Amino acid sequence: MILEQLIDIFLLVFLAIISIAVLRIRDLFTAVMLFGIYSLTSASLFMVLDAADVGFTEAAVGAGISTILMLATISMTGREEKPLKKKGTMLPLAVVVITGATLVYGIMDLPPFGEPDNPVHTHVAPRYIEQSPQEIDVPNFVTAVLASYRGYDTLGEVVVIFTAGVGVMLLIGRRRKRKEGISNE
Amino acid sequence: MILAAAAIAILVTMLLAIVRALLGPSIFDRMLAVNMFGTKTVMLISLIAALAGRADYLDIALVYAMINFIAMIAVMKYFEYGTLGHDGETTEE
Repeated sequence: MILEQLIDIFLLVFLAIISIAVLRIRDLFTAVMLFGIYSLTSASLFMVLDAADVGFTEAAVGAGISTILMLATISMTGREEKPLKKKGTMLPLAVVVITGATLVYGIMDLPPFGEPDNPVHTHVAPRYIEQSPQEIDVPNFVTAVLASYRGYDTLGEVVVIFTAGVGVMLLIGRRRKRKEGISNE
Repeated sequence: MILAAAAIAILVTMLLAIVRALLGPSIFDRMLAVNMFGTKTVMLISLIAALAGRADYLDIALVYAMINFIAMIAVMKYFEYGTLGHDGETTEE
C-alpha cells in the first residue's frame, strides 16, 4: 500500500535526522528530549508493522521510563557534555559501514514481508493447533506453547526478571543511613 | 483519499515539531515540541487503526497519550525543582 510506504519513509527519515542530531548535540537535556521523540517514532514504526505489543513496550519504556531515568541522572550530574578530544574517525566509520553492509547482505535471502506462505506461518503453528491437545493435554494453545513447548525459554525469562528484581532490591531497597545537615537534596 | 491527506498533514506536522525540537532556542520550545510530537503520534496511530481497519488500536493510542502525559509531568517537575526526588514540602515561595 502506497500510503503505508509513505508513512514508513517519513518515519525512517525522522529516525535518521534525530539520531544524527543526538550525536552532534552537546546539551544533554535536548538529547533526552530528542530520545523521547526517537522512541515515539520507532513505536509508530512498530505499529505500522502490526507489532502493537512491541510498539507499546517501546513507548512505555523508551519514551516514558527512560526519559524519567535520564532526567533523574542529569539532575544529579549536570547538563553539559564535556567536549571530546578529537580522534581519528575513519576506523569507527569503517567498522560501522562494514557491519551494516554485512547485515544488509544477511537479510537479502529473507522471504518477502507479509507473504502468507512464509515459513513462519506454515512451519510450527499448525502443529501447535492440531497436536497440542494430544501432546500436552492443556486446552489452551498459548499456555501449552509457553509452559511446555517453550518451557526452557520461559524459565530463562523468569530467571532474568527475578535477577533484575533482586538487583533492584539490593540497589535501592536497603535501609538508608541518616545524614545530618542534608535536609533538602 | 481523506486518509492520505490526513497522513501527509500529520507527518508534515511531525517534521515541523522535530525542527522545533532541534532549533528551539529555549527549553520550553523543546518541551512543547516533544509534547506535540507525542500528540501527533497518537493521531498517527489512530490513522493507522483506520487504515488497517482495526479498532483495537485506538485503545493503544489512548495509552500512548497517557505515557506522553506522564513523561511531560516528569520533565516539568525536573524544571520546577531541579530534581525528581522533591518531596513537595519544602517549597520556597
